[in-house]
Amino acid sequence: MGSNMAENHPVGFRWPMKARERGATIIHVDPRFSRTSAAANLYVPIRSGSDIAFLGGLINYVLSRDLWFHEYVLAYTNASSIINDRYIDAEDNGGVFSGYDPRSGTYDNASWAYAGPPQEAKEDASAHSGHAMEGTSPAKHRPTRDETLQHPRCVFQIVKRHYARYTPEMVEEVCGTPKELFLQVADVLAKNSGRERTSAICYAVGWTQQSYGAQIIRAAGILQLLLGNMGRPGGGIMALRGHASIQGSTDVPTLFDLLPGYLPHPSVIKGDDTLEKYMRESAVRGGYWSNLPKFMVSLLKAWYGDAATKDNEYGYEWIPKLTGDHSHVTTSAAMADGNVKGFIVFGQNPANGSPNAGLQRRALTQLDWLVAVDLYETETAAFWYAAPEGWKPADIKTEVFLLPTAGPAEKDGTFTNTQRLLQFHDKAVDPPGDARSDLWLVYHLGLRLKALYRDSTRPQDQGLRHLTWDYLPERTDPRWRIEDEPSAEAVLKEINGYTVADRKLVADFAALKDDGSTACGVWIYSGVYPEEDKNMARRRVKGDGWVSPEWGFSWPGNRRMLYNRASADPQGNPWSERKKYVWWDAAQRKWTGFDRPDFPETKAPDTAPNSDGAGVDLHSGSDPFTLKADGRGWLFAPSGLKDGPLPTHYEPLESPLRNALYPRQDSPVAKRFPRNDNPISPPGDPQYPYIVTTYRVTEQYTSGVMSRWVGWLSELMPEMFAEISPELAAEKGIANMDWIVVATARSQIECRALVTGRMRPFRHNGGMIHEIGLPYHWGYKGLVTGAMANDLVPLSEEPNVYIQEDKAFTCNIRKGRLR
Amino acid sequence: MSQQPMSRESIEKKPRTRDADTVVASVCPYCAVGCSQLVYVKDRRIIDVEGNPESPINEGTLCPKGAATYRYLVNPNRVTSVRYRAPYSDHWEERPLDWAMDRIAQRIKETRDASFVERTPDGKLANQTTAIATLGGATMDIEENYLIKKLFSGGLGVVSIENQARI
Repeated sequence: MGSNMAENHPVGFRWPMKARERGATIIHVDPRFSRTSAAANLYVPIRSGSDIAFLGGLINYVLSRDLWFHEYVLAYTNASSIINDRYIDAEDNGGVFSGYDPRSGTYDNASWAYAGPPQEAKEDASAHSGHAMEGTSPAKHRPTRDETLQHPRCVFQIVKRHYARYTPEMVEEVCGTPKELFLQVADVLAKNSGRERTSAICYAVGWTQQSYGAQIIRAAGILQLLLGNMGRPGGGIMALRGHASIQGSTDVPTLFDLLPGYLPHPSVIKGDDTLEKYMRESAVRGGYWSNLPKFMVSLLKAWYGDAATKDNEYGYEWIPKLTGDHSHVTTSAAMADGNVKGFIVFGQNPANGSPNAGLQRRALTQLDWLVAVDLYETETAAFWYAAPEGWKPADIKTEVFLLPTAGPAEKDGTFTNTQRLLQFHDKAVDPPGDARSDLWLVYHLGLRLKALYRDSTRPQDQGLRHLTWDYLPERTDPRWRIEDEPSAEAVLKEINGYTVADRKLVADFAALKDDGSTACGVWIYSGVYPEEDKNMARRRVKGDGWVSPEWGFSWPGNRRMLYNRASADPQGNPWSERKKYVWWDAAQRKWTGFDRPDFPETKAPDTAPNSDGAGVDLHSGSDPFTLKADGRGWLFAPSGLKDGPLPTHYEPLESPLRNALYPRQDSPVAKRFPRNDNPISPPGDPQYPYIVTTYRVTEQYTSGVMSRWVGWLSELMPEMFAEISPELAAEKGIANMDWIVVATARSQIECRALVTGRMRPFRHNGGMIHEIGLPYHWGYKGLVTGAMANDLVPLSEEPNVYIQEDKAFTCNIRKGRLR
Repeated sequence: MSQQPMSRESIEKKPRTRDADTVVASVCPYCAVGCSQLVYVKDRRIIDVEGNPESPINEGTLCPKGAATYRYLVNPNRVTSVRYRAPYSDHWEERPLDWAMDRIAQRIKETRDASFVERTPDGKLANQTTAIATLGGATMDIEENYLIKKLFSGGLGVVSIENQARI
């Protein structure tokens, strides 16, 4: 669901295809009949934006027919935990949970917490970012439990009641999915659960680019926990990410709300003005995140070196503090208003790749200076003379630099793939001309800035002055023309971490300390370079098993599957012979298996929780989810999310339909940007009656910079198009290949109509709901050019992770051209 | 089976990869599956990029984009020198890399110094600037992302550091 894997991850899709050859069932639930649908055993249509209703229907099916995996759910999830008596479910409150403040449009999540003694840490959803929600959530480690699952406020009963109305009939009404097809999916999944069998769910941005994207993934998590599919081979939830190292740039975050390794970014709003307060706010007593102070102090030591001392809180004050939402979407709006002066873009292309691309281009005209770093001239670099708005360059003040950069074969470095696997790539040749690696550009920019601030005594400049910045190799490599290239391996060693006294690399993050004696740039990657000349990301040993633990390095600690303790039963034995993965070796008294156990190595399955201890000692030997405060998989999320403890169906911000389940139409906490250049259509707006969704094709790549300059790819997929159903085409008098105009409240574009049975209208209340599809690869530079789908998309933000909603919005179409 | 008739030209045909003097392991720059690639180099030039048969991920295969990696790297349309556009100018100018680096550092300093906020109006420590933003990159190495975060956040106090993972 939410992914067209055959189209966008074709080589990864070989493995589901191989599984199918061996008898697996592939189900594709998607608004369009795509290449993935064609290769699936079962194609199931769904209206864009209705994923939670569909998944909620599956949860209800499993619960109401008693098809859940009892032993797994009782031992490994928080089903038995009791929620406090102030909690009010969205079912009983018109689609809104307790704690909602309509004035600020936010939740206070105190009432979602576990029942029991007073909280040890402040429960405040707004204090914690989406990415860090797992670890930093301060829910108590010892909730009150009812193992019989009969208590009316135990998680199991709350979840059961919450989804009771998500019936097959409701799924048909909300999702447009025929009831029989939905029941077929439910039946396949329920039968494929238990000791002998598992199912995996794959998703991509079809889920995340919605105004409740994190909650869709949560709904999949609930389903997978109920079916016993987490931490087991053939199970899990696979995020199919779209870029070579997009996982790496999340782990090593060029993201505003995180420090490396999912440490929350210090914030004025949270009151993090001292390290001590930050630690108190962020650390939790239960679970592995209790080690957060060690990771934070080691990060500060890696950044500020000798200048980071106990007396100055290891330079903590030099880390900037957030004062609000500094995400890309919010920053774009600020830029359009003239509040951002300088913008540096590394291998990105907001002028046609970001939502409301017209607003993005106008924002660029408001800058004093723009630096674009790329292999090719992007739409972003060329906005001042080539944008479709037809601006006169003489009217645009922005000073623009386009710096040529290197491709991966022209530099050493590491990509982290979608499975958390770090793979080092070796330099094969020098980049051409003045092109340099991004590493070179950032490193040498840093040197210049340090020189400019060398003599400053202002407190605000001391962080930069003390920043450790020593990455040139001891001797230059005679093979290369570029002699001042910093060493990627030197950076990777800092990422791995070392003991400060002797610069010896640490073996693992278990060695990190909070007393300033260790330095580590990215704690979750620690172990990637455990000894000199031992770059684990550069290992290329295929092996003869199916886990391939010696190919590259996966974080954390080369574990290929997270929470794999759950692949054994509570007593530590494999659930079954065919699903054997990690188990307790009673003779040797340790965990063993095909993968590195994601559990304390010698902690026996019958270990009782030590209530006086800290961290994972608070968990029993059968609590597999070690990052959670209580060691359990969360069916109900007592903290960590900004938009509710349970996934609930809302309509997209723009929808032709009213919410059939609740009076509340859309997410009460999704962020809109009400501005003249970003209008959002009201529900059921007759001006924009059709749903529109965006996507990619195999032969092109995102905004096109990496594909539309390549002749081979441009020939394969040369032109922008809109996919529309034969029914809608007939209604509008449009023939295949006709020019059409697609209009939304923001803008309108023209492109060719691709009339195809791959798009199918949904029946709703006796009428039809039409949906159209738009790829978003084209722009005004490159060998092939065309209209930009992102011109049509509104600025908006999902509340946990600040991602825009571009998988479901509304439009109108007409035959003809713009002019 | 008897020998098939073949022309001399057919007999002498061979893959261009056979002429390589070096073969270097790489990773596909497109999607996040992480297909391993082999880069074939002759006389310090890339002559081909193919799938790596040793990889447990792709076992030598590549998709249409991965198979076009050679043309992504070896391409006459690439920008190979700094292009500079002065304010209100209607054309690109070619500039030396060193000049551009100096000028960018200067512009960052000017903007940062003019916009830096040490404390919020109610006296809370902020040590930040919102007048500079960075965006990128998800097709870049983790070492590069690490230095961007370290320099712009830990060094300069920029808070809007973002990338494709948000989009």
